[in-house]
Amino acid sequence: MKLCSANTWEIFKREFRAYFESPVAYVFLVFYLMLIGFLTFFVSRFYEANQADLKYFFFWFPWVNLLLVPAATMRLWSEERRTGTIELLLTFPVTLGEALLGKFWAAWAFMTLATVLTFPIVITTTWLGDPDLGAIAGGYLGAILLAGAYVAVGVWTSAMTRNQVISYVVALVVCLFLALAGWPPVMDIVNRWAPSWLVSAVASLSVMPHYESLQRGVVDFRDLLYYASVIVLALFGCYLVLENRRTA
Amino acid sequence: MLDVQHLQKKFGLIEAVRDISFTVTKGEILGVLGPNGAGKSTTMRMITGFLPPTSGTAIIGGYDIVEQPLQAKRLIGYLPENAPLYPEMTVTGFLDFVAGIRGYRGAERRRRVESGIERCRLEKVRHQTIETLSKGYRQRVCFAQAVLHDPQLLVMDEPTDGLDPNQKHVVREMIRSMASEKAILISTHILEEVEAVCTRAIIIADGRIIAEGTPAELKARHPSGRLDEVFRMLTRSAAEQTVVRR
Repeated sequence: MKLCSANTWEIFKREFRAYFESPVAYVFLVFYLMLIGFLTFFVSRFYEANQADLKYFFFWFPWVNLLLVPAATMRLWSEERRTGTIELLLTFPVTLGEALLGKFWAAWAFMTLATVLTFPIVITTTWLGDPDLGAIAGGYLGAILLAGAYVAVGVWTSAMTRNQVISYVVALVVCLFLALAGWPPVMDIVNRWAPSWLVSAVASLSVMPHYESLQRGVVDFRDLLYYASVIVLALFGCYLVLENRRTA
Repeated sequence: MLDVQHLQKKFGLIEAVRDISFTVTKGEILGVLGPNGAGKSTTMRMITGFLPPTSGTAIIGGYDIVEQPLQAKRLIGYLPENAPLYPEMTVTGFLDFVAGIRGYRGAERRRRVESGIERCRLEKVRHQTIETLSKGYRQRVCFAQAVLHDPQLLVMDEPTDGLDPNQKHVVREMIRSMASEKAILISTHILEEVEAVCTRAIIIADGRIIAEGTPAELKARHPSGRLDEVFRMLTRSAAEQTVVRR
């Protein structure tokens, strides 16, 4: 399947513009940037740390994205189903895969925009000191890939229901699982009852090791493969949900 | 133009459509009549490729909607029930999106959007967002979307539902104006509509075709010569038979 056919491009443009045709995009971007700024400067005490290092800044992306990516994706399919426009979309000469990819690219592009708009923090740091630009580039790549994985999960859960709130909550829970899967307190709970192969399987689903290794400025093929697998699996799950709804 | 062959649709144990077959040729306006829940919308959704049939198929201009959905869909213009639209888009923006999806680019794309706006008399609201429009205007925007690519087959699910008499008149005028060069399929439960626009009609009840003919032929089936009497006579007996069978 082509990753961006002419039809996918048309749907991408429509979805991306849809964010800006209502106040959603502006409210979203303002809150996203305020939240990242607040957490970096006040919770992590960026100034008091007295280091020109963006480690505290990148630390927050998995958590801010956890709250806000599902808000950016919850509408994608659920609203089409609620208003009935899905009947228009799927009777156009478009394949389901093309429509799905168009929506995914649009939401990911929107999240990439939100991520990139945090650049003033980087400028501040560069002005105050001499940070490792390679690590910053790696950190941003990691943050964007992380957003991509969350977006794919959100696209999937939005196809499951016509209710945006349910879509948001389910996406949040799945993303929270991806974020916490390798965390010791969680692993302790799994350890108590699960066989060791299951424990390591659950731990290997965690997004965190892949996120942290990119933050060090190391681009490892295995990290990229991890993100690609999460995205492909979630989108395939979404495809099955939509296909199944049609035949049910 | 449209050849519907033994369409059947089951939702779990419920059989919504049981073995429906009919044809529509160019120049014809076929009305699909039936009480609510008779299977009209399900039939239309299968013909337009939104729902896959449990068995049977529909051939549109030689293309099988199940086997060659993309080619078949290019020939169809579809106005779904309740005219669903993207509320946050402007009228022009929405029609431009549809033109793009239909494969038009550049000057031809703009020309298609302009002729759609003109044909459905949308000049006054072209820069308004769809959520601010009245029901009648929404219906016309959805109609513009359905005929933008000048389809050979036009499928409309209750096109005048919920409109006031003036708006109904406008929509029917638009349908009649393109009758000669297209095959048109209209579902409705409004009987006057069949007499006003259709050249032929089928009556569906309980997922089956129970009568077929021109409006005049159908009317002749009841001594009163009135279509609503015929409709009540036929659909009531079908409903009673169903009760007995169960």
